[in-house]
Amino acid sequence: MERALVLMACAIGAGISMLGGIGPGIGEGYAVGKACEAIGRQPESKGDVTTTMLMGCAVAETTGLYSLIISLLLIFVAPGLFIGRL
Amino acid sequence: MSIEITGARIWLRLPYGIVITETQVNMWLVMLVIAIVCKWLTHNLQVKPTGRRQVIAEYLVKLTTNLVKDKMGEGFKNFAPFIAALFSFALLCSLSSLLGMYPPTADLSTTLGWAIVTFVLILYYKIRTEGFLGYLKGLGDPIPILAPFNILGEFSTPISMAIRLFGNISAGLVISTLVYAVLSWLSSIALQWLPDVLAGIPLLQIGLPAILSIYFDLFSSFLQSFIFCMLTMLYISQAARKEI
Repeated sequence: MERALVLMACAIGAGISMLGGIGPGIGEGYAVGKACEAIGRQPESKGDVTTTMLMGCAVAETTGLYSLIISLLLIFVAPGLFIGRL
Repeated sequence: MSIEITGARIWLRLPYGIVITETQVNMWLVMLVIAIVCKWLTHNLQVKPTGRRQVIAEYLVKLTTNLVKDKMGEGFKNFAPFIAALFSFALLCSLSSLLGMYPPTADLSTTLGWAIVTFVLILYYKIRTEGFLGYLKGLGDPIPILAPFNILGEFSTPISMAIRLFGNISAGLVISTLVYAVLSWLSSIALQWLPDVLAGIPLLQIGLPAILSIYFDLFSSFLQSFIFCMLTMLYISQAARKEI
């Protein structure tokens, strides 16, 4: 019973933690949209804009990756840690 | 049906708690490949390039030198070998998952190691430009109460760099394993009315995982290694810039 409860809590927590993926998604979409606008306005600056956009997207992704790490920890590490202690 | 997602396997246990894992063995293989390619590209160099080999080698050197000069400034020309080594190592480590190997960059230890190298370089350049006391004073900027947050910010740089590379590569690994498992389950359901010999055909696994592999293995690993090197260059050149 306790085992099932721990597993359930870990799975639900991992799912909730991945809600953090929403933020980077919105942010990156916004950044790419603005980059498209910039390229539309000045097509000759396409290379620079694309490089900067990819850099910015990768940096904006960090928060999403933090939540991914927490999910991975909750799925792969936490059950063993807590069930071992019961 | 069983899905197996593991970290790096331990291959050898040495005394004093030292372990040789899959990560290390794969990294040695990648190092060997890079060393052999470099040796092959640069042996028998001539003043006037005769073969195609030397042209490729010169092109690669010029490319990285120009990139480093462009992003870091003229004074950091000596960083080109470091950046080139970091990029080729990160790229080949991530691309090794195409061969079915465990990519060493999917291990946090690897990426954290590289990030710590960058962190030490950043710290060195900061202390060299501002002096040790100036660096300590910079931590208490703008008011001394904020010093804990500034120290936290200093340490978050290498951690975020390490987690960015690790998270992308290992997420690709986990997602492609899960998708592969789902596809094999679906194809076993779709073909279960056939006799046993035909039902074992991996109908849905043909082709579909390759599309994911193009994104996660090729595109993502190239982009993330490039971004790791770009951030390294940016942080180091920013650390060396004197603030007015």
